[in-house]
Amino acid sequence: MKARAFSYFRAATIDQALDAHARAGDDARFIAGGQSLVPALSLRLQAPRLLIDITHIDALRGVRRDGGYLRIGALTRHCEMLSEPLIAEFAPLLHAAAPFVAHPAIRNRGTFGGSVALADPASEFPAMTLALDAEIEIAGASGGRRIKADDFFLDLFETALQPGELITAVFVPLFKADQRFAFDELARRRGDYALVGCGMLATFTGERVDDIRISFFSVGNTPTRVKGAEATLIGSSLDAERIAAAQAALEGDLAPPDSDEVPPAMRLHLARVLLGRLLGRLGEGA
Amino acid sequence: MNHSDETLLDDADETVRVRLVVNGRKVACEVAPRETLVDCLRNSLELTGTHAGCEMGACGACLVQLDGRAVHSCLMFAVQADGAAINTIEGLSDSGLIADLQAEFHRRNALQCGFCTPGMLINAHELLSQVAQPSREEIRDALSGNYCRCTGYEAIVDAIDAVAKARSAGGGAT
Ligand SMILES: Cc1cc2nc3c(=O)[nH]c(=O)nc-3n(C[C@H](O)[C@H](O)[C@H](O)COP(=O)(O)OP(=O)(O)OC[C@H]3O[C@@H](n4cnc5c(N)ncnc54)[C@H](O)[C@@H]3O)c2cc1C
Ligand code: FES
Ligand code: FES
Repeated sequence: MKARAFSYFRAATIDQALDAHARAGDDARFIAGGQSLVPALSLRLQAPRLLIDITHIDALRGVRRDGGYLRIGALTRHCEMLSEPLIAEFAPLLHAAAPFVAHPAIRNRGTFGGSVALADPASEFPAMTLALDAEIEIAGASGGRRIKADDFFLDLFETALQPGELITAVFVPLFKADQRFAFDELARRRGDYALVGCGMLATFTGERVDDIRISFFSVGNTPTRVKGAEATLIGSSLDAERIAAAQAALEGDLAPPDSDEVPPAMRLHLARVLLGRLLGRLGEGA
Repeated sequence: MNHSDETLLDDADETVRVRLVVNGRKVACEVAPRETLVDCLRNSLELTGTHAGCEMGACGACLVQLDGRAVHSCLMFAVQADGAAINTIEGLSDSGLIADLQAEFHRRNALQCGFCTPGMLINAHELLSQVAQPSREEIRDALSGNYCRCTGYEAIVDAIDAVAKARSAGGGAT
């Protein structure tokens, strides 16, 4: 199928993009990598009258240190998560997740900001912004703001973004020497969306966990932090008993949706298996 | 490519002129905004080596190089490519850059109907330009977005593996 006819506008600045969106009202969409939007247009799940191409806006590009944060521009491509040295050093969880996002050619065009804006509950990066305690920077007609990832994902494909607002960057606290991370997912085929996926970031004193943030994807309507499991692990040295307690806590943290393909009980089981595996790796210093 | 206020929404059915450098040659074509790059390449520029399969980003038949990187030409509109440099399978063939890959695919029967082959070659070319000696596992991983209905992938992995080894040994595979 082919997309319904639309007009195309290439924005050179954030203001131009916001302005064009305001003038077109609900009938406009921003296009970044297009790796989710173009299929949606071809299937006519969406039929906006105007596409606003944001990929030529320089202010949305680049990765740099900004105080205690790494500022990752919205247009940072998935492949740059693998090639950019600042990401490997200061946001290694994103570096670890990137190879699981789609296939190489899709990673060459898909953008970090597009993935976070879309908020697909099966996507790797939105969930990782939760584990990382990241902040999303947003530009809109009424000015700019920064919002915690914890407050950003509201429901299925629904975020704190208002119509016409643009994600400009994501701020990730710099990875520190006393921190460890782990990431993995279970999928039927490499590059497919995960049946269950998980990433975590923990701060240690010696072998004791002082703080831990664990985020799952493909287990509900939004990326999901598992606060019950996190709480059982604080103060732990990640021994078998505490890991088992965290796995048990998932029952209260997660409520996988019913689906013909993967029954909720199976998804919960897979989540426990994955959590055990990742905490084991974290305990070994990985 | 900027529009004034009143035309912002009103040129959906009009064509736009885009300029591209395709296979090293400057070209211009008239496209409707909703025309995908694969359709533009095949219909307007008559470069039919790039194939349209799923048109959803899943099969890899439509891969081209855009500014040096492999991308799905079914997942972008031609207007988005205005100003870009594109290499299709025709350009890569003519340049001789992938002659060893093509010869090895041929020798090892890594194609039957050939529908998927242009995409396979573009992806293999991208992989080998980034990793000189990929493992078989890495080759499989890189090809995970390319569907082949005919040969099974073993021969394709063999061919890419052989070329990687031959290139690293300092010669071509042929
Ligand atoms: C075959 C296939 C497999 C895939 N597999 C995976 C996978 O395993 N994991 C995964 O995470 N993704 C996967 N994807 C999706 C892909 O990673 C997309 O790149 C990503 O989800 C969206 O990013 P984009 O830049 O392409 O956004 P686009 O498609 O351009 O836009 C997506 C949405 O976000 C909006 N948007 C884009 N940028 C901004 C911004 N800066 N501010 C506000 N709104 C914005 C757009 O208006 C649109 O509504 C897959 C895609 C395909 C085709
Ligand atoms: S036609 Fe583009 S991926 Fe199938
Ligand atoms: S050779 Fe026929 S699809 Fe691959």
